[in-house]
Amino acid sequence: MRIGIIGAGVVGALVARELSRYDIEVLVFEKNCDVGMGVTKANSAIVHAGYDDEPGTVRSKFCVPGNAMYTELSKELQFDLKRIGSLVLAFKDEELRVLEELYKRGEMNGVPGLEIWDRDRILSYEPNVNPEVVAALWAPTAGITEPWMVAMAAIENAIENGAKLFLDTQVLEIVTENQRVKRLVTNKGEFEVDVVINAAGMYGDEVAKMAGAEFVPLHPRKGEYILLDKQEFGGFVKSILFPTPSVLGKGTLVTPTVDGGILVGPTAVDLPPEREFREDTSTTFEGFEALMSKALKMTPLIDFRASIKTFAGLRPESPQKDFFVGRTSVIGFFNIIAMRSPGLTAAPAIAKFIVEEVQEALGETFRKKSDFKPTRERIKHYADLPATVWDEEIKKDPLAGRMICFCNKVTEREILEAIKRGARTIDGIKFRTRAMFGSCQGGFCMHRIMKILARELGTDISDVRLRSEGSFILLGQVRK
Amino acid sequence: MKEKSVDILVIGAGAAGLGAAIGAAREGVNEVVLVERDDRSGGVLNQCIHNGFGLHYFREELTGPEYAERIKRIVQQYPNIDVKVEQYVHQIDYRRKEVVVASTEGITVYKPKALIVATGARERPMGGILVPGTRPSGVFTAGVAQRFVNLENRLPGRRAIIVGSGDIGLIMARRLTLEGVEVVAVVERMPYPGGLERNIRQCLKDFNIPLYLSHTVVGIYGRERLEEVVIAQLDESFKPIPGTEKRFKVDTLILSVGLIPQSTLFKDFLKIDPWTKGIVTSSSGRSSLNWIFAAGNCTVIYDLVDWVTEEGTVAGKFAAMYVKNSWEPAKFFVEKGQNVGILFPSWYEEGTNLNIYLRVKKPMEEGTIRVKQRNNLLYSKKHLNLSPSEMISIKIPESKIGSGDILVEVVE
Amino acid sequence: MKVEEMVCIMCPLGCRLVVKQEDNGEINVSGNRCPRGIEYGKQEMVEPLRILTSSVLVLNGDMPLVSVKTNKPIPRRVIMQVMDILKNTKVEAPVRVGDVIIKDVLNTGADIVATRNVERREKSSTT
Repeated sequence: MRIGIIGAGVVGALVARELSRYDIEVLVFEKNCDVGMGVTKANSAIVHAGYDDEPGTVRSKFCVPGNAMYTELSKELQFDLKRIGSLVLAFKDEELRVLEELYKRGEMNGVPGLEIWDRDRILSYEPNVNPEVVAALWAPTAGITEPWMVAMAAIENAIENGAKLFLDTQVLEIVTENQRVKRLVTNKGEFEVDVVINAAGMYGDEVAKMAGAEFVPLHPRKGEYILLDKQEFGGFVKSILFPTPSVLGKGTLVTPTVDGGILVGPTAVDLPPEREFREDTSTTFEGFEALMSKALKMTPLIDFRASIKTFAGLRPESPQKDFFVGRTSVIGFFNIIAMRSPGLTAAPAIAKFIVEEVQEALGETFRKKSDFKPTRERIKHYADLPATVWDEEIKKDPLAGRMICFCNKVTEREILEAIKRGARTIDGIKFRTRAMFGSCQGGFCMHRIMKILARELGTDISDVRLRSEGSFILLGQVRK
Repeated sequence: MKEKSVDILVIGAGAAGLGAAIGAAREGVNEVVLVERDDRSGGVLNQCIHNGFGLHYFREELTGPEYAERIKRIVQQYPNIDVKVEQYVHQIDYRRKEVVVASTEGITVYKPKALIVATGARERPMGGILVPGTRPSGVFTAGVAQRFVNLENRLPGRRAIIVGSGDIGLIMARRLTLEGVEVVAVVERMPYPGGLERNIRQCLKDFNIPLYLSHTVVGIYGRERLEEVVIAQLDESFKPIPGTEKRFKVDTLILSVGLIPQSTLFKDFLKIDPWTKGIVTSSSGRSSLNWIFAAGNCTVIYDLVDWVTEEGTVAGKFAAMYVKNSWEPAKFFVEKGQNVGILFPSWYEEGTNLNIYLRVKKPMEEGTIRVKQRNNLLYSKKHLNLSPSEMISIKIPESKIGSGDILVEVVE
Repeated sequence: MKVEEMVCIMCPLGCRLVVKQEDNGEINVSGNRCPRGIEYGKQEMVEPLRILTSSVLVLNGDMPLVSVKTNKPIPRRVIMQVMDILKNTKVEAPVRVGDVIIKDVLNTGADIVATRNVERREKSSTT
């Protein structure tokens, strides 16, 4: 039994991990040069509580269970999860009515611990919230995580348990015979497969079309973000702040990140479905203005002079505004597409579901491996250790004492470990270690990181890329 | 885990830190230890291979590395100064006066009698100026580009545009042009240039590089590597004027959009200027805690490294006097009067010279700078061609200063 | 007649000079507050001089480049030619501050001198 998963974002990675529990062959195909660099890379990183999803939607089926799974998942895979809770803020009476609706919906979906807070309680918990707030819906199970790390950790664990990852590998054709999947044709060769799981993010509909399977049409929904410096604004809010949702969606949040910064976003702009827009992660003036005005309304003391990064992400949106998950009329072809919000939250639950769905649809029972290793060790962040422990580590390993990224305290050992786990580019190192994520944004350490990468990969620093092949950083020698 | 008691610990071995070590050693203390996180001392001087350093301190015009070499030679004359590189200050316990430092040798907890902070400044990054567009490779802050060209022997690209007409941006305009990179323009959001006049002439005019005043970058585009930068003119409220966009096909963007003092490690226990992020100090270099001193760009962004070294030696001297005799005199405010934008220091301590460094709020053809203490005029002089880009240094000797709060103002 | 405005760099006062060159070659400088300003204005109008700072490749050093400068100002118009010479110059480590890398470059009377120390190392840290 050989299963091909198309896409190594958070969905594809978690599915790979689930499947790697069994005595089957698992192949993961990722067109980018690293995992989790598509839709997974640029979003709000929220593990939603689950009161937003209307009962009866696919979302409502998976969000609450997915949310609950994150606790154990984060321990097994050793990625950061902080259940800081969320507050949906109401500033008018009409909004209060929406809160009450969300409360009821949440209860129906099985969301634990929901409470409606009054103004005093909100302001004593979050003093920086606009004092004009009227009420809020408190959801203690909401949390923040590091989405690309969920994907990276899941893939590492899947690989350790026998799965194979093919990077820079794009599926070009899906060959079927008598309405049954046979073969994947990629730019790196052909692969016979029994099952294909479509987790292709922004291209989910295109991949489904390749197989002649059912799909929903996707278009990109762009969301822009501004990240504020944790040195200046860390602790500004301690929970996730939402505005009252509208037809446009959950709205612009003000939230802490697991790294300690403050994230403002997203906006929500629908782009046309054509290919050229499916990679359009450009930010705009209108986007910045919208973010700033919306954030100032919720937290008037926020100061955008402390911004250190702006970015944009795309969500694969369908007309139904819901996930499209499950078997299709093509035997062996399964979809996990249209994974808009709360895709990140739902992913672990959907991964478990799809494993059952595949077995049921095929009338097979996979045999569990006896030696499945459920845990994966994170890259040790030495600066978090107590000083005496760090000291001992350095005595054993001097590179654990050579600081490379000063702002985020990342040592050379961590950079080397990131390279060991697959980092081949600056982004690969950034996303695995948080080097260059801090106040100076790589001003002090990029040249050092480039030297280490060049040394370890046996290339020249002029060959080091930021991310993709064409993203060279340096041109060539000044003097030859 | 090693513990080490020292008289004076200096964080940073750049121009200010080395100056502080000299000042302290001259005054006579047992041991001065400098901890520097980079792999060499000298700070940014090592990569500033251009001229313009040392005119005041050595009465000679030197390049950055030459200046660093001279200072280091003076430091070497003092056997009680120990400069340690690749040392990272991890935490400071200000109550127990402990500084935790990590290096490849392990963790060392220093227990200094006095601490001198000389952590310098960092460059404002791309994300700090909210420019719309994509995030391709090819965007560098000027200091990073300078590092690659001057120390790592690598060019950043073929065709560049520079945002910010501060000295670093101007110097890089010249450097890149001399190395065959086409610099298409320098863009400045203010209606006046940010760097010294001599640099405008020698870095832009000499090479016919156009300077667009009252312009800023409004878009950067490129799928993987930078491909295009769009600039536009700004109105009086610094809003881009629609229709004034100019597009440049470049593969390199160099940003010189400001320096930020590195004071975060101290923000929980030292007074930090909320606007500039500089560590607030007195005329002796002392911070808001009596045993901690600070000097250099971590207090205020200086124009000349000579002043940085000088203020470093001042801080070193008085830190040493504090260690030897618990020196702690009366303290008075130094207030910002009209038209003063940036003012250093914030306090005056009796028995010290008052070295004032200021920047005016707006360009002024002429202005009288006055320093008043109670009813005494400590200094009054007409200055011509004042600009926020050119820092003014006024030195008032201790003998002229009495007691009382001091006001510094610039009268048109 | 050629008119140029410039800021004198002879001392920190930074007088705003106005330099006028008549068609017959005569030069008039105003705005200066000392004779050095006149000198500077005249020179800058007729033959601007510049100190050139740049780098030269080092062989077997602990750094790939040694920073250099001209020890005297040289005519601005020969700068690019001097740059070409520097681009083709190599020097062996060790190098000391003040070492003459090229004597009397292009007959300007100025030497190219090293402005930093580079220690010898058989394998360079970067190329």
